[in-house]
Amino acid sequence: MEAIFIIEKLVLIVVVFVLTLVIAMYSTLAERKVAGFMQDRKGPDRAGPFGILQPLADGGKFFFKEEIIPAGAHKGLFIAGPTIAIITACISSAVIPWGQSLQIGGRTVELQVADVNVGVLYIFGVIALGVYGIMLGGWASNNKFSLMGAIRAASQSISYEVAMGLSIIALLMVTQTLSLKEIVAQQEGFVNWNIWVQPLGFIIFMTCAFAECNRVPFDLPECETELVGGYHTEYSSMKLGLYMFSEYINMFVSSAVMSTLYFGGYNFPFMYDLGLSQNWITVIGVLVFFLKIFAFIFFFMWIRWTLPRFRYDQLMNLGWKILIPLAIANIVLTGVITLIKDTYW
Amino acid sequence: MEAATNSTPVDYLPILLQMLVAVGFGVTTIIGTHLIGPKLRTENKLSSFESGIEVIGNARQPVSIKYFMVAILFVIFDVEVIFMYPWAVNFRSLGMEGLIEMFIFMGLLLLGFIYVIKKRALEWD
Repeated sequence: MEAIFIIEKLVLIVVVFVLTLVIAMYSTLAERKVAGFMQDRKGPDRAGPFGILQPLADGGKFFFKEEIIPAGAHKGLFIAGPTIAIITACISSAVIPWGQSLQIGGRTVELQVADVNVGVLYIFGVIALGVYGIMLGGWASNNKFSLMGAIRAASQSISYEVAMGLSIIALLMVTQTLSLKEIVAQQEGFVNWNIWVQPLGFIIFMTCAFAECNRVPFDLPECETELVGGYHTEYSSMKLGLYMFSEYINMFVSSAVMSTLYFGGYNFPFMYDLGLSQNWITVIGVLVFFLKIFAFIFFFMWIRWTLPRFRYDQLMNLGWKILIPLAIANIVLTGVITLIKDTYW
Repeated sequence: MEAATNSTPVDYLPILLQMLVAVGFGVTTIIGTHLIGPKLRTENKLSSFESGIEVIGNARQPVSIKYFMVAILFVIFDVEVIFMYPWAVNFRSLGMEGLIEMFIFMGLLLLGFIYVIKKRALEWD
């Protein structure tokens, strides 16, 4: 346990943190650009070339707006809501392996903040905490729309958590470990990616990830046609900004988790056949990983501007009556096939 | 596998560091925006939003029992799902015996699940 270890981790944490924030900021611009593209218009293009400075302008504006705490609101919880939302969003990325190790001056630097052997459980725990931010904020606002949005959010995210947990179990039966580092290391190259053995599990997991992030078509907690702004109706200034921000960070992290669990993380085809040194493999691996993440973020946006929103009973039916039985069937199938393979091959 | 099973409390230290950074960011932003923004409070501005009409009653009213049902069912099923994690991780070494035992457990879970659906606990109308 040396000081250099802590410094190394701190540098990595700050780099990951800044990257997360920048990606979240530019996701807002990307979302509007994608929306513009899909609706045959330009999207924001005034602030800087191609609207590059738009996120900075938006962020600055959030800071300089008046923050309003409604007279009937519970002040402490009203402030705690967005704070908890942003904190839980920011800590969930701690166990994701961003790349292999780098050799710097004889030291091996792991590109993972914390390699714990319960990585998958940690992510689930943090995701489960995320609902508190929305729930507290919505309840504290003392507004009917906010309360409805908060309760919908809570009940939606706990419903999809069951299916998400079940879909992961089938994956764990394949990987035999909870450590994300091990899971990625197993998916070397291209043919070993978990998506090839767990396609059904991936579809269930992705659907649940959409629901957990409150993204269209599961954005009932904030559906503006019924609930004005949902749980953040009463929020203004940077508190609203933090809610928005945490939504985009969650989207980024869940994209990273999906690429890690099913799409080989930093692994890319022929990674050991090109005769590259370890450092180059790592650098390219990190780039490939981010490419995968961006592809998923684009997919999130693509879905958002393509599909309409579910009705609440449809949402609950999909979660409980379709995804949970499907996930259990997936576990049974995986178990039987793996055992037959182990016994007869 | 060896390195991962021998996880020590030190491995969790970076998570703590990241939590500190996240808390620092969150709290600084909240305080910053409180200090920077203008403060011109009027009574109407501070009243809850209710589509432009007078606010009627308190918003914190009892909500539909359905949400409570979902919460209770979640607790039940999520605890059962948690039991499956240790089995899933050791699934290969437990072999056929473990698989059959887990299928019996999942069968019981499914029976409860079918009962819940037959009782129409998850109908939203």
